[in-house]
Amino acid sequence: MKKEKSGGLLNQKIGRRSFLKWSGAVAAPAVLGTSIGFTKLKEADTVLAESKDSTEKIYYTSNGNNCGGRCVIKAHVKNGQVVRISTQIKEEENGQPALKACVRGRNYRNMTYHPDRLKYPMKRVGKRGEGKFERISWDEAIDTIASEMKRITKKYGPASRYSVYGWGNGYGVTSDISSVNKLLALTGGYLNYRGNYSSFQTGTATPTIYGTGSSGNSYSSLAYSKVIILMAHNPGATVFGTTMRTYLMKARENGAKIIVVDPRYSESAKGLADEWIPIKPTTDTALMDAMAYVIYTEGLHDQAFLDKYCIGFDEKTLPEGIDAKESIKAYLLGEKDGIKKTPEWAEKITGMDRNTIKYLARLYATNKPGALMLGNGGQRHAYGEQHPRGGALLACMTGNVGVLGGWASAKGDCAGRPSGWQSRFSSATNPVEASISCFTFTDAIFRGTEMTAEDGLQGADKLDTNIKLIFNFSGNALLNQHSDINRTKEILADESKAEFIVVNDIFMTPSAKYADILLPGTTFLERNDILNPWSDEGYVTVQQKVLEPLYECRDEYEVCAAIAKKLGVYDKFTEGKTRREWMDDYVEAVRESVDPNFPSFDELCKKGVHFFPMDDITIAFEDFVKDPKVNPLSTPTGKIELFSKTVWDMNQHDEIPAIPKYIAAWEGPEDPLIEKYPLQLIGWHFVRRCHSIHDNQPWLEEAEKQVMWMNPIDAKKRNIKDSDKVKVFNDRGTIFIPVHVTNKIVPGVIAVPQGAWHSADKNGNDVRGSLNVLTNSRPTAWAKANPQHTNLAEVEKA
Amino acid sequence: MGQVGFYINQAKCTGCKACQIACKDKNDNKVGILFRRVYEFEEGISTKVNGVFKTSLQSASLSISCNHCDNPKCVQGCPTGAMHKRESDGVVLVDHEKCVGCKYCTWNCPYGAPQFNDDLGMMTKCDTCLDLREKGENPACVDACPFNALEFGEISELRAAYGTINEVSGLPSAKFTNPNIVITPNIKE
Ligand code: SF4
Ligand code: SF4
Ligand code: SF4
Repeated sequence: MKKEKSGGLLNQKIGRRSFLKWSGAVAAPAVLGTSIGFTKLKEADTVLAESKDSTEKIYYTSNGNNCGGRCVIKAHVKNGQVVRISTQIKEEENGQPALKACVRGRNYRNMTYHPDRLKYPMKRVGKRGEGKFERISWDEAIDTIASEMKRITKKYGPASRYSVYGWGNGYGVTSDISSVNKLLALTGGYLNYRGNYSSFQTGTATPTIYGTGSSGNSYSSLAYSKVIILMAHNPGATVFGTTMRTYLMKARENGAKIIVVDPRYSESAKGLADEWIPIKPTTDTALMDAMAYVIYTEGLHDQAFLDKYCIGFDEKTLPEGIDAKESIKAYLLGEKDGIKKTPEWAEKITGMDRNTIKYLARLYATNKPGALMLGNGGQRHAYGEQHPRGGALLACMTGNVGVLGGWASAKGDCAGRPSGWQSRFSSATNPVEASISCFTFTDAIFRGTEMTAEDGLQGADKLDTNIKLIFNFSGNALLNQHSDINRTKEILADESKAEFIVVNDIFMTPSAKYADILLPGTTFLERNDILNPWSDEGYVTVQQKVLEPLYECRDEYEVCAAIAKKLGVYDKFTEGKTRREWMDDYVEAVRESVDPNFPSFDELCKKGVHFFPMDDITIAFEDFVKDPKVNPLSTPTGKIELFSKTVWDMNQHDEIPAIPKYIAAWEGPEDPLIEKYPLQLIGWHFVRRCHSIHDNQPWLEEAEKQVMWMNPIDAKKRNIKDSDKVKVFNDRGTIFIPVHVTNKIVPGVIAVPQGAWHSADKNGNDVRGSLNVLTNSRPTAWAKANPQHTNLAEVEKA
Repeated sequence: MGQVGFYINQAKCTGCKACQIACKDKNDNKVGILFRRVYEFEEGISTKVNGVFKTSLQSASLSISCNHCDNPKCVQGCPTGAMHKRESDGVVLVDHEKCVGCKYCTWNCPYGAPQFNDDLGMMTKCDTCLDLREKGENPACVDACPFNALEFGEISELRAAYGTINEVSGLPSAKFTNPNIVITPNIKE
């Protein structure tokens, strides 16, 4: 899109006063909580004995929270205190990129020494959710948990026990979640969950196309791309993999054109890309369908690729017994529904100019190799499963699959890299087979016994019990990160439903307030581990304990082992190993299966990171494309199933079509509800938080305040000015939040950074700007996953 | 060493503020004290015409600290001589033996660089991370940038490599203080 230049950025002289006026960062912002200095914490003054000297020593460590990257953190320790944080700055010796921490990683000293840390075990004394607690001993906490586990298991059976999705310390050898699950498995079992809140739609759809979610080349391949389209993808802020940004920058240096398709002008649009093309939320599959139409009708498609490798583009490759009108080509040409999926058709739906759609289609189809990279934002809507399928279709039509610099699109985890996921710690089998989608756990609390396959129940025809006992370790999805906070509060507050809730965290999060027993956890600076990034990038980082746990904090391994002891399964839980010895076990496992030269834990502590021996570049589906007969995919046909017979046979063609189709979202721009609530509300992953982590950190709040973005046109209609406090509401609730009036978002769309900690005023309205007060708990059609960018709302000046 | 300065590649800057936080961590600066600050500039409009989005938006972030100017107005405004420009490499520093906390320097610096620390009752500011530089390291902010948008060095070398732009839209004119910065603006065609 050609941008008008009004004045240009150069040589526009602004006087000092106006400079200070727009440079908002100078004014001291309002911050949450108490201000922190670095005066020594009396209770916290326990440290590694060896580091009690006044020379500064630097220790490598890393955080295993739910960010896709794993970065190298260097903790500078002096007099037993962490005095500074720095990060890796130089390339690895083998040419691998430096694993540089982002803005979030620079604040870890504050996080660890924050005065609001949970300091000792507590039990609830007020009503559940009120947040009133009383200090208890660890013995009492462990006793209570063990006896409640016994009581509830006896009364309701093991399937009444549930461990909530939580990845705050999730990517290591003995992560919080695997410790809890092992404890539950060894004491009878628990109701399983499938999926996650990040990528379950694409994680469900992508394997039906490619037989795997690892449809991505190594990020190093991007340096060879000629065009890169980042759709609903913001690697300038969210980190799917720490090495990705290096290669995106390399691609740009090598002359690649990078385009961001997003309702917001994102960090990526600003610093990584050449162009920003806005679109209405939930309509990206319409765009991709129209791009496919242009590519096909202009003859820019790779017919040979479609014929040889794919199922169902046209009648030639449709499965037997499927009518020719069900092919993708027939859909694009409107042979069944009479609607051609033209740019004109998509323009009305997406808000994107028809000529821009044509431009994008031609650009992608004629500049090969090209990478159409999808973020998870595009699949977090009512019919988000169609998002990865649209991407895969375009990648196949342009023959960008299995080639250097190309990208098979869809989920896009790195394929063919050695995997660090080798822990043998969580090997206990869960005797309960039933599973639900993680997003439906609140339903399972009050109507679990009514849930069926239609609700996503698998492994059992029905459940004999609702959820009665909840473990929520290192996660905020119990309340804050789950949709429709007001609904969840009501469900959780009822003590006759979930009878016992135990939470472990480092701060009093909104979820922690719903605990019956609340346990103080450790930060990564107080524990050892070996960590994996989300996607297999071929390396692990070390998490090295540089401080003894502060206050009475304990890590989850110790906690779960203590509960296991009470319940008579200590030996089975620990298998005779300390947490540190599980690191050695991991080293052994990796040496056996992946890399015989993997360093010992102590050696790893000295170098911080270990890259496995691997090819510089790996290409997803390269072997398949070379010889599809010898190297078939693990789909039923062995080919790329653009038309999936498996999906067809599910027989829900309207909501779960066998080919990538745009389906108008409920609470999307075509829903009549838009008359009442005229604004599409989306969330975004805030650069200064990892989901809800760090919301209470003053330096980060100073860097980026919790504000809602709104276009000046929408603001003017409502008589709203920049920085005004506004009320955002729909049928599910109300939040109050300051507004940032900006042209970085298109009219008709408002955006609230997700993850702010819900705080209610006396009327129950949120005053922190917590997005999930307004999001919908209705699951998506196929994965039964979270549709958290599918919302309509209205805004008024508060 | 000759006069030092910063190179700021706005075209690569995402506005993430890792530099700002790294600086605060290095200098133990509480909320409100920002030796390095990241500003955002926005120009143009995003609108909808006949249901179709049109945008002429240009937006860029700018990360600046103290520019260790050739003609430091802060130094000229300081009545005690606390604010001074050292000979060796032109770094502008506050002498805490002399600073009386009168804040005149902040009034004179067009960039808002000097930062008053009320715990000390004195002015504080970017010193180019002298201690790190003595150890042969880069300033903390420079090494922190995940997008490699910042560099530090002798200004003559930075100018030779990246040109001489030292003002962009939103910044005061360079003519007041001759700041030792080189900027690559973020302009999208
Ligand atoms: S930027 Fe301001 S404080 Fe720094 S030397 Fe220039 S005038 Fe002085
Ligand atoms: S050079 Fe040091 S003091 Fe100056 S802005 Fe950078 S980090 Fe801060
Ligand atoms: S760290 Fe780099 S990209 Fe981030 S704001 Fe600073 S200069 Fe810009």
